[in-house]
Amino acid sequence: MKSGSNLEKILASGQFAVTAEAGPPKGTSAKVVQRKGDLLKFCCDAMNVTDNQTAIVRMSSLSGCVLLQNQGVEPILQMVVRDRNRLALQADILGAAALGITNVLCLSGDHQKFGNHPTAKGVYDIDSIQFLQMVKQMRDQHSFLNGEEISGEVPMFIGAAANPFADPFEFRVARLAKKVAAGADFIQTQGIFDMSRFARWMEGVREKGLHEKTYILAGLIPIKSVGMARYMRNNVSGLSVPQELVDRMANSDDPKEEGVKICLETIEQLKEIEGIHGIHIMAVAWEDIVPRLVEESGLMPRPVV
Amino acid sequence: MITIERKKIEEIADMIKGLNKLLVLGCETCAAISFSGGRRQVEELCAGLRMARETEGDLAEIVGDSVARQCEPEFVDMAGDKIAEADAILSLACGAGVQLIAERFPDKIVLPGSNTTFIGVTEKMGLWTERCAGCGDCLLDKTAGLCPIARCAKQLLNGPCGGSMEGKCEISKDVNCVWQQIIDRLSRLGQLDKLAEVFPVKNWTPAGHGGPRKYVREDLKS
Repeated sequence: MKSGSNLEKILASGQFAVTAEAGPPKGTSAKVVQRKGDLLKFCCDAMNVTDNQTAIVRMSSLSGCVLLQNQGVEPILQMVVRDRNRLALQADILGAAALGITNVLCLSGDHQKFGNHPTAKGVYDIDSIQFLQMVKQMRDQHSFLNGEEISGEVPMFIGAAANPFADPFEFRVARLAKKVAAGADFIQTQGIFDMSRFARWMEGVREKGLHEKTYILAGLIPIKSVGMARYMRNNVSGLSVPQELVDRMANSDDPKEEGVKICLETIEQLKEIEGIHGIHIMAVAWEDIVPRLVEESGLMPRPVV
Repeated sequence: MITIERKKIEEIADMIKGLNKLLVLGCETCAAISFSGGRRQVEELCAGLRMARETEGDLAEIVGDSVARQCEPEFVDMAGDKIAEADAILSLACGAGVQLIAERFPDKIVLPGSNTTFIGVTEKMGLWTERCAGCGDCLLDKTAGLCPIARCAKQLLNGPCGGSMEGKCEISKDVNCVWQQIIDRLSRLGQLDKLAEVFPVKNWTPAGHGGPRKYVREDLKS
């Protein structure tokens, strides 16, 4: 075991994993995080806590993780390189390890231009792949980026993101290979709406044997309304939402129910794809739907390992 | 070249309020190529500022001049007589020019008439775009001659990020994703395998994060 985290144990035992996402509040209320933890604790194996998601300032990811942990939920610490340099990133990894956090997701982060402080200076001292490498070095070699020794263990299960829907498509498998080589123990993908493109990407992943070197959790974003579908199709960079899906939402008498159906169908299709080790549900502002999605896709109860 | 964009006349007019004798000093190198601070733009700005002051009934003596390069002491000193007569100098050079004047003439007020923007190229008439961030450790041999430090919004060395769509950057459809361009070019050159290795963490010291930079050539020192 690299970290001994619940997520690692479940994946290592060959069981289909479920993770979910919790965005911390734009404020100081611990209750917001605790409520999400209570809601999702029995239907997922670990919960991601986002890090100034879409470059909007929120309660820090590390604090959110501690709050979840106190609720009995295993957190996944999301960290972006947009807001921290190599000193701050390493310091937070040490702190996270000291606090008993054992999963980390290493990301670049959305550009600050999208957020609520668009004139901020972006840090980008190192990139997400170098960040993966750095955490792996901290864990496996007990050393900082500069080679100095770290006292104590850094038992982290290291994750990365992959977006099969971004361009150039031909390079997306190669980029995953770089992340795996850099140290990604698990991958959480962008939300999947375009199944044919995702399946093609997975073919490439299998050809390179990457599914045997890392655990791939397929991303899901439940759609609540036709407006949300349209917005994601037209405005969110890095997402591919087919027109048929927008039409399906538009033609439905009960869009919320349709959104659930779409999500459940997607999960069923994903279960059939070789090399998928679990799902990651990003129910932004619709966390309440997650227990139902997990239940109805036959993934309850969650295994105890 | 260093591209230089003149400040709005309102901002300049505000900056020179209360000054009676002003020298507007152009630079015939980058500022002239940027069409913002060459001889011709100096004359235009002088006329504009005189008119603005006249309208306010606050007459001022505003004269113009230009030197070949404001970044070299010999050339700056050639405008020494005119500088001596003025209360203040409004430089239309890059920030280096403004500062060299400040250093050469300790008793003069020096003001920036322009914003220094970036090291770039003239794509076509009226359009300049950034190419170099002056990071002090060129890596263009590894990236097909296209710079991710200057041209990737996240300065990724192992790009492209998940926001690259149809050749465009996530920040704007007007911005090309340089990593898409790097991959296209390396593919054409049959060198895509160059990207298989993880590009190591960058040393930002020569990029200016180790404090102000200098370049010494002992063989040229007198």
